[in-house]
Amino acid sequence: MISLNGIVKYFHKGSVNEVFALDNIDLQINEGDFVTVIGSNGAGKSTLLNCIAGGFFPDSGKIIINSQDVTAWPEYKRAKLISRVFQDPLLGTCPSATIEQNMALASLRGKKRGLARGVKSRDRDRFREELKQLGLGLDERLLDKVGLLSGGQRQALTMLMATMLRPDVLLLDEHIAALDPKTANQILLLTQEIVKQSRLTTLMITHNMKHAISFGNRLIMLHQGGILLDLKGEEKKNLTVKDLLAQFYKTQGEELALDSLLLN
Amino acid sequence: MTWYAALGAVEQGLVYGIMVIGVYLTFRILDFPDLTVDGSLPLGASISAVAITHGVNPYLSLVIALAGGFLAGAVTAILNTKFKILHLLASILTMIALYSINIRIMSGPNVALLGQETVFDAVIGYGIPAHFAGLIIFGLFALIVLSFIVWFLGSEIGQAILAVGDNPQMIRSLGVNTDTIIILGVGLSNGLVALSGALVAQNQGAADVGMGIGTIVAGLASVIIGETLFGCNTIARAFIAALLGSVVYRLAIALALGLEFGGFRFNPSDLNLITAVLVISALIAPNLKKRLIQR
Repeated sequence: MISLNGIVKYFHKGSVNEVFALDNIDLQINEGDFVTVIGSNGAGKSTLLNCIAGGFFPDSGKIIINSQDVTAWPEYKRAKLISRVFQDPLLGTCPSATIEQNMALASLRGKKRGLARGVKSRDRDRFREELKQLGLGLDERLLDKVGLLSGGQRQALTMLMATMLRPDVLLLDEHIAALDPKTANQILLLTQEIVKQSRLTTLMITHNMKHAISFGNRLIMLHQGGILLDLKGEEKKNLTVKDLLAQFYKTQGEELALDSLLLN
Repeated sequence: MTWYAALGAVEQGLVYGIMVIGVYLTFRILDFPDLTVDGSLPLGASISAVAITHGVNPYLSLVIALAGGFLAGAVTAILNTKFKILHLLASILTMIALYSINIRIMSGPNVALLGQETVFDAVIGYGIPAHFAGLIIFGLFALIVLSFIVWFLGSEIGQAILAVGDNPQMIRSLGVNTDTIIILGVGLSNGLVALSGALVAQNQGAADVGMGIGTIVAGLASVIIGETLFGCNTIARAFIAALLGSVVYRLAIALALGLEFGGFRFNPSDLNLITAVLVISALIAPNLKKRLIQR
């Protein structure tokens, strides 16, 4: 379970470039929830995920994961609880290391690393089995460098690496946005399968309203650093793209109204 | 080039090869250009020389030198990671500070080891001719260091070091404190450089505060020569290439010093210029090649 209490975050505080990125966010996410996060550019989606992952510390507020107060934990320490997949497929893997080396790195997420061999022979079979599930033929290429793979293959590998050691929280930051539509769909289905299989508590940012509605059991719309919409259960099930777009344009309209006020 | 000069060059190539392995670790693996080495090489030399003149076992003096080098590297890495000073600048600051520290350690600009016991005496004691002693000791140390570093980089921690240079964001989100890894890596690198300096001092019979000038450039030249001639597909291969690159570099220098064009000869003091030109051409060659192909 994740609980965010009164999270406030400014960027460049006190300068002319000051940005009010997160506006007093209160959010409780239950164990096993699959939350989709939408919002226009600059709404604070990535900032919210980054804040949970520990990319920066909030100016005020508390972050509690599984009843542990992690607010002051640096990013590497939170890795014990959290797995992340980024938008950029290049960010999730090491290009000059082999597939098996990458998987070995991920299989030690949040654990102590010692002088034992990085890739153990007993792990290889397990890696091969897990790669087989992807159906991309990567199980035959354990010794290939990851830099040789395509963006889609790298992102699929990243999804696998993020979940091979069950995380308490899985954060997906537009993880299919940089892929071609076909690959994006494959990765999305893979995501759904993995999340369902391990009943992972998940936050997924997406720009695709359809995905936001059809995936997960809860939907959050962010606007100007605050939570504008929070739909669960039946409410979310009955949601249509049209409803969502209407909400979306309402926020845009607000800005338009503001603009016209200024121009008059 | 005489046979004797070639032997000397190989010897130098092996002992400075330990330094080159250290430079490879920071420059290529960690992606951390580190100029501390210009100070940590004489640091190792001065620590070892002073320790020996105070009656410390010459082998133990190498261990102390290695630890001293590690500390110097750690200072640079801490300045960079904890205090956010640019890596190049942080390393220059440590290097400059080490100049004064080395003179303090030696209570002067140099220490002679005349008549003192060194690691070479043990080998000579077995009846091996003195001019082979250097080759054997340096070869042995270079092999040990090479095997250790390849073994270490294959470990769980070692793999994390490789990942820090490759994709710091990824390895951080896998729970590795990248600051600690950089401190460990740059420390280890400078430990090896100091070890190399200590062995050089014991071989030439003196430690000198000026002996570190140009270390980084010689190290880079060796790294680049090694990569070009011997490749760097795997970690083991890359480090073997770095060591061999060091030997080739010293041979090339010996060859250049023996050349004569009419009345012109290279002086030993021209070394830095030759090396700099070598490194520059190696650095711009791939770029030039690309441009020529595009046309």
